[in-house]
Amino acid sequence: MNILMLGWELPPHNSGGLGVACYHMSKALAMAGSSIDFVLPYKAHHPKTEFMRIHSATQLQPLHRNGMGAYDTPSTITDALHRKPTDRLTTIRDVQARYVEFVDTLVQSTKPDAIHAHDWLTIEAGIRAKEITGAPLIVHVHATEFDRAGNGYGNPIVHEIEEQGLLMADRIIAVSEITKGLIVHRYGIPADKVEVVYNALDTATLDDGYQYDHRTYKYLEFLKQEGYTVAATVTRFTLQKGLLQFMRAAAKACERYDKLVFLLAGDGEQRDELLQLSADFGIADKVFFTGFVRGQQWRDAYTVADIFVMSSVSEPFGLTALEAAHHDNALIITKQSGVGEVLSHIFRYDFWDTDKLADQLVAIATSKALQYELTENVKREYTRISWDAVAKQCMSMYATLKTGVTA
Amino acid sequence: MSQKGIVLYLHVHQPWRVSDYSIFDTASNHDYFNDQSETDRNNQKVFNKVADKSYRPMNRVLKELLDSTPDFKVSLSITGTFVEQAEKYAPDVLEDFKALVATGRVEIVAETYYHSLAFFYSREEFERQVAMHADMVKRVFGVKPTSFRNTELSYYDDIGSWAEQAGYKAVLAEGWDPILAGRTPNRPYQPPGTDSIRLLTKNYRLSDDIAFRFGNKNWEQYPLSASSYEQWLNAALNDGDIINLFMDYETFGEHQWEDTGIFEFFKSLILNWSNRSDVSFYTVTEAAESFSSAGELSMPHTVTWADSERDLSAWLGNTMQHEAMRYIYGLEHDIIRSGDMQLIGDWRKLQTSDHPYYMCTKWFHDGDVHAYFSPYDSPYDAFLYYMNAVRDVRYRLMAYHNSSHGGF
Repeated sequence: MNILMLGWELPPHNSGGLGVACYHMSKALAMAGSSIDFVLPYKAHHPKTEFMRIHSATQLQPLHRNGMGAYDTPSTITDALHRKPTDRLTTIRDVQARYVEFVDTLVQSTKPDAIHAHDWLTIEAGIRAKEITGAPLIVHVHATEFDRAGNGYGNPIVHEIEEQGLLMADRIIAVSEITKGLIVHRYGIPADKVEVVYNALDTATLDDGYQYDHRTYKYLEFLKQEGYTVAATVTRFTLQKGLLQFMRAAAKACERYDKLVFLLAGDGEQRDELLQLSADFGIADKVFFTGFVRGQQWRDAYTVADIFVMSSVSEPFGLTALEAAHHDNALIITKQSGVGEVLSHIFRYDFWDTDKLADQLVAIATSKALQYELTENVKREYTRISWDAVAKQCMSMYATLKTGVTA
Repeated sequence: MSQKGIVLYLHVHQPWRVSDYSIFDTASNHDYFNDQSETDRNNQKVFNKVADKSYRPMNRVLKELLDSTPDFKVSLSITGTFVEQAEKYAPDVLEDFKALVATGRVEIVAETYYHSLAFFYSREEFERQVAMHADMVKRVFGVKPTSFRNTELSYYDDIGSWAEQAGYKAVLAEGWDPILAGRTPNRPYQPPGTDSIRLLTKNYRLSDDIAFRFGNKNWEQYPLSASSYEQWLNAALNDGDIINLFMDYETFGEHQWEDTGIFEFFKSLILNWSNRSDVSFYTVTEAAESFSSAGELSMPHTVTWADSERDLSAWLGNTMQHEAMRYIYGLEHDIIRSGDMQLIGDWRKLQTSDHPYYMCTKWFHDGDVHAYFSPYDSPYDAFLYYMNAVRDVRYRLMAYHNSSHGGF
């Protein structure tokens, strides 16, 4: 089975979970016997990707460094669909046009059995490849423009591209029931065309000899010795992530229980607003900002934490919650986050319900028993979901489509 | 009856700027003031730059004028954090200042050693810092200050009465119109409830003509000549005895670059003034002693020399600034109790008013000035690094007291 995988990023040049999911899914598919051509919009070295052929559509550096990453809210996009590629590569639309052109050429020589396109970024290329080859198109939705826009509507051109892709797709994969619901209700796609395939956590990658370094967050370790509980999140600081509500809940929690501190690992457009808010609420000394973290600092952020909060307003899946669980965190997750669908031993709240989040934070911080039960029990849950199972689901989907039995 | 004259007072200060001190530094390294980057957070780099542009050339100008004219006088306030950095980075600059003071015609004005807002948070800490400054002035310059200015010329009635009780003969403040209410800034006043101390108010129009407007090509008076300016001084003296020209020392060469002609302007102004037989120069204390009070002048609310508001809002105008100061002064009791001089010194360096100033967010009216004077990318960055430094001070304090009680 030859799979044309259309992606936008892969580790270590990823700006978020999209690249991680694409990597592990491709690897599991390759292990299951698929032959994979993976197209990226930039050129860079990706270690441990021998199991597939990687194609670079441009000679650009990884895009997330210059604001064309998978998560940059494309509020400035005004270029219409089907635009011709130009010599310029200064906007995300320029890069997408070049990406389509590249895929166009690629499929002239290698005919895929299935085309697997990830998110709006590669949908146009997926449609083109389908037009040329007649191979079935699977559109894999990791996030819609509604998610990226937080509570807003988002960019209409992005919506249009998504809508067209969802219509043209032979099959749609949604990363959660929440996302499936969006696809069905907001894009008017028949429910039986959409299959939910949850992301998994590849614990093998995480258990790669990592050792916690207590010096990384030495001050937080010191506070923990003094009896403090660390509640953390590891995320981009954007509207989608619901951090302003998290901050409000943090202040409410501190009113009732003083020995709580908050680690906000990451960076983003809302950082200044969050700093200001922490001062407005009088808890600036209890909120820690790391800036963008990678490697040891990233892993240690999970480890130093006792509680992980996923405060998203709209989160199609939310792999970081599973990563946090793997680092012995008790989880508090909004009902608007897809990852919650595969977990039972967690606290849930609606992203706007700051009173409830404050309650849950205080409850865990003041009960070692509760913290222990949440932490231990959730581990049994996420280990049940594997990338091998995801690959199996995809393989059977490809097989069905190949034999012409469309849904 | 004394001759009318000008009271030139220059403020000399450098803060210990905090480096990009991250959460990963917190509790691991304790040096917040040792930025080695090419940015303006590198204190040594900034000091050397300002020394070349301002301190060295201006000290030369002042020394020449003191040597060549018998009656030229000037008052300086020199902060402890400046002297520390001069001793460390440019000892020759400090020697130049000593030579100025040694002429006997340069008065050193008292203030807090750390250029802090301590008066508004802790009277005890404030008095300790004023005493530290006096000790430093005695040690370095061999003189005892007889006049007082509070940080950023922040002043209200309590500072006047405090200064009198502390034995000072003069105290400085902004000559802000709403306070003067039609009265002239060009005569000494009496703070309410005091007997002998004089309140000298800055003539901000004439001071700012030099400090802020001199090099501004869009100013209608540009380019300003020493003779035009002298006529303005003459006119101002019609309704008073003294003109209080208060400004940052760094006006000369740093805020107004050499190529604006600021040094030549200043030399001409002083020489022309000195050549006249009808006018004179006064130090701050001399001015207070030479003229009678024009009456009582009350400032019930704090007035400063900054921004169009002339209040403390550049330092204490937003919640980040209030938080930062609340945390730092909240440590006072435990810090002092530690007796750890290194720790106490770092804690005090963090009290310098420049730190909250860098966190100022009122960008739209005065923001350009704040942006120019900030070594950080944004007020939020300033706050972030400062908070991490405060946390580290807490960590060191806890380690010192080796106890698990109290806050962190």
